[in-house]
Amino acid sequence: MGFKRGRKYRSEETKDKISAYLYISPFFIIFAIIGLYPAVFSIFLAFQDWNGLGEMEFVGLQNFSVVLQDPVFWKSLYNTIIMGIMGTAPQIIVGIILAFILNQAFLKFRNAFRAMIFLPYITSMVAVALVFGVFFSNNDTALANYTLQLFGMDSVNWKTSEWGAKIAISIMVFWRWIGYNTIIYLAGLQSIPRTFYEAARIDGANVFQQLRYITIPLLKPFIILTVFFSTVGALQLFTEPTVFLGSSAFSRTEAMTVVMYLYRDAFTLQSFGTGSATAVILLAIIVIASVVNTYLTSGVKKRKKGRRI
Amino acid sequence: MKKIKVGRFLVYVFMIIASFLSLFPFYWMFVMATRSSAAYNSIPPTMTPGTQLVENFQKVLNEIPFFGAMLNTLIVCLVVTLVVLLISSLAGFAFAKFKFPGKNFLFVAILLTMVIPPQLGLIPQYFLVAEFGLLDTLLGAMVIFFLNPLGIFLMRQYISQSVSDELVEAAKLDGCSNFRIFCNIVLPIVLPAFATLGIIVFTATWGEFLWQFTVLRDPDMYTIQVALSSMNTTSNVDFGMLLSGVFWATIPLVIVFLMFNKLFISSITEGSVK
Repeated sequence: MGFKRGRKYRSEETKDKISAYLYISPFFIIFAIIGLYPAVFSIFLAFQDWNGLGEMEFVGLQNFSVVLQDPVFWKSLYNTIIMGIMGTAPQIIVGIILAFILNQAFLKFRNAFRAMIFLPYITSMVAVALVFGVFFSNNDTALANYTLQLFGMDSVNWKTSEWGAKIAISIMVFWRWIGYNTIIYLAGLQSIPRTFYEAARIDGANVFQQLRYITIPLLKPFIILTVFFSTVGALQLFTEPTVFLGSSAFSRTEAMTVVMYLYRDAFTLQSFGTGSATAVILLAIIVIASVVNTYLTSGVKKRKKGRRI
Repeated sequence: MKKIKVGRFLVYVFMIIASFLSLFPFYWMFVMATRSSAAYNSIPPTMTPGTQLVENFQKVLNEIPFFGAMLNTLIVCLVVTLVVLLISSLAGFAFAKFKFPGKNFLFVAILLTMVIPPQLGLIPQYFLVAEFGLLDTLLGAMVIFFLNPLGIFLMRQYISQSVSDELVEAAKLDGCSNFRIFCNIVLPIVLPAFATLGIIVFTATWGEFLWQFTVLRDPDMYTIQVALSSMNTTSNVDFGMLLSGVFWATIPLVIVFLMFNKLFISSITEGSVK
């Protein structure tokens, strides 16, 4: 009997293993075909010269040197970083302020305010880019230029000037994502016990001291999370500038990003080797940015700990 | 006391300005969608709705296959969402309730795939889809979105928290097969998590652009994002028509959001913070 039950138990275990592998297999099969294979093939392609039709030819590191010696690539990297910083860094400050207010018990219509601030996030990036594209068009009568003139400033060529395009795109990134970050900070604030603030108030701390010594330190993991998301997202910026610039998206360089550079190489210039080399370089940049992010944030923690001891 | 009152007043002023800036583009989009292009050049700018609502939308219909594109998008979003829910809950069930060799390694491997930027594989994915004859098809437009590591992560979390081991054991003793346990016990319990993950996947797929812009060249196969962007490629675009298209493409999602805004907002925190 004992023997029999043991065997049955074991076959049950084997069955469970088979079930488990079966259940996770759809992801891995699809990943192998449409995730891993293309990623590896991209790295392979980065060392080939290929126009998409003819024979591939191994060219060593030539694609990388072509890309890295192309001033347009460096311009697009510069644009990506500048627009990334201008579009996402202010979100941290404004997002924390908004979340701090939304978390106040005295605030009436809290859910309505929260919904209104979050609403831009559900509009698609294409829609945002088109609406802001009209708002920031080059005409003197465009709403953005009209507003500038009201304040006695000159009109800006938003779509064709170096800083005009970058500022317009950063504003639309900010507008669409501020609600998302606010909601994450709000979740962080709600995880801080109210008793902390009560104790601080009894000790005579004012609002700014509460913000400085309770809110910001305890919110740090959430800030790190949003900085990480924003960095990776900003390095992949494509839709907003492409749609905003419309017909001139791939012929002008004021707002060209790294992904646009990649797309242009591959799908408008049929140079798939250099396109793939750009993709590999982008991967490297994202990995480096993530490592630097992690290093900086863990470094801050260590330093603080050291000081406290 | 007076100081507190002034402070609170300023807080309300700040929140009202913030809400105004959030909502203004929606209102302005509506105004432009009801005005002829000429209104765009008026000084001071027009700020009240006009009478061209229907005319502008008719121009949109002449320019792009609007309803076809909306339908295409809806099909893409629904299929992607259902496939991701199925793949994620099956894999999440396996990772939450079964012991098998390589479990931790495979789970970490899935999470690591999140780090790969989607643009890395873009070029080979394009040729792969072309090879299978899926360019200009909806299947081609959706296939890369079936991969959703976040979904597996969320479902594993949820299943290990809310489906008890005892329940699974008891069902096994009653002779339930693993797949029946999944269908009859796990699925009903994870429905709330399906709502969260479903919203995340659906809205993300709705707004997707780069991939569909790459594989869809036939206007009849356009998703709405590609169709809208295609209106902006001539230099003398009719702004009234353009924003009419954007308005009608945006309004359905806004209505759904206003109905379920708490669910939407909680899906963000659950999708990123947990």
